[in-house]
Amino acid sequence: MIEIGSVLSLALGLVTSGDGRLLEIVALSLRVSLSAVALGCLAGIPLGAALAVLRFPGRDIITTLLDALMGLPPVVVGLLIYLSLSRAGPFGVFGLLYTPTAMIIAQAVLITPLIAALARQSLAERHREYDEWFRSMRLSPWETITTLIWEDRTSLLTAALAGFGRGIAEVGAVIIVGGNIDRVTRVMTTAIALETSKGDLALALALGLILILIAVGINAGVALLRRSAERHAYA
Amino acid sequence: MLDRPSPYAPILAGLLPLQATGIGVVRAGKALLSDISFRLVAGAPTVIMGANGAGKSLLLRVLHGLIAPTTGTITWGTGVDTDVAGRRSALVFQRPTLLRRSALANIEFVLSHRPRAARRQSAQETLDQAGLGHLASTPARQLSGGEQQRLAMARALASYPEVLFLDEPAASLDPAATLAVEALIKRASGSGTKVILVTHDIGQARRLAGEVVFLAGGRLSEVTAADDFFKQPCSATARAYLAGELIV
Repeated sequence: MIEIGSVLSLALGLVTSGDGRLLEIVALSLRVSLSAVALGCLAGIPLGAALAVLRFPGRDIITTLLDALMGLPPVVVGLLIYLSLSRAGPFGVFGLLYTPTAMIIAQAVLITPLIAALARQSLAERHREYDEWFRSMRLSPWETITTLIWEDRTSLLTAALAGFGRGIAEVGAVIIVGGNIDRVTRVMTTAIALETSKGDLALALALGLILILIAVGINAGVALLRRSAERHAYA
Repeated sequence: MLDRPSPYAPILAGLLPLQATGIGVVRAGKALLSDISFRLVAGAPTVIMGANGAGKSLLLRVLHGLIAPTTGTITWGTGVDTDVAGRRSALVFQRPTLLRRSALANIEFVLSHRPRAARRQSAQETLDQAGLGHLASTPARQLSGGEQQRLAMARALASYPEVLFLDEPAASLDPAATLAVEALIKRASGSGTKVILVTHDIGQARRLAGEVVFLAGGRLSEVTAADDFFKQPCSATARAYLAGELIV
């Protein structure tokens, strides 16, 4: 057994020294997950809003499907993206496999249903509140949706955060489509998995520390934002 | 806003008279409104009265075009399209539905078709005239209940509606706030907006009504000028209601 205390001090030393390789890994993790969240919001929020506001055949089925897809297993998503991006797959010609782009795609696929489902839930609640007045104002569906999205901005931010949390913490999808290539597709979670299996617990723990800091920090930031929004009765 | 007549009034065909013919609403096999016909003309407020569950709020929504009647028709003026009529009228609800924005931004929202600078100024004037000018930058949902309802009224009036529908606008307000809301109603009515108000508060009906539409059990009991109605209502149901009896 290794001694926890010495490993911790090693880890802290790595974090505070601003080690170049460590920073590269952290930066790539943030780049991949933030891009995936941006894509997830771009697709998920309009989809959630459409499901919350519009009435069309198949709406209930899509809603149920979306709620179910919130729990997609990352490894399976990784496998499916791998199959479609591999040489023989339908998108093989783009040569995206083992690139950060492939990792962004995989995480976006993972995150979009989560953001869409959460957005739909909270937008549907807002819609119930405003529906009669909006209809009284004869707002178009487009005006209704854009207004609801703005009115529900704090909840949507929380949905985006949940998506980010799912992205930055998952390892199964990015390791399959990214391949955990040093200085190319190595992110925090895949590096932790690798370093742990190699026995380099100091680096693994240092990365783990940063991962926790990022996750907790962003959650705390959004919680503060929400709290102040509620204080100002905007929430 | 409130003292000036609508700037659109001279160039548009009037919405009134409003003719309701044989209005009926059936939900889940139950007739909630049946065979309601009346004609409302421009002038003093029309107050829709009746016991809880008589169908007052439902009738108001049918008149405003929010709910399509199962039977019957609503005709506005000389054949104004129902959708156009809806856009030229406004509805204020019992519980104000305010946006999660400042009081000023709530008014600006309904003026979104105007240029930005004109919108801000017009919204501020609207707030000033409703006595809410000093609260312009306050988040709307932080205002008191009375202030929220006055803001909802001011917002409805900001777009110069020709018809203002009000559904129990003072039901949950204290007397001072009720007085302020009623003052806004009177000013709107005085500047030429036709007010159609639902209330079960007999005192409020006495203070505001020019004419009373009385409903009982989803049917029309009578349409009578307010002075006559409160002296001697024509229908037995209205007499019982004014005497404080429960109509079943």
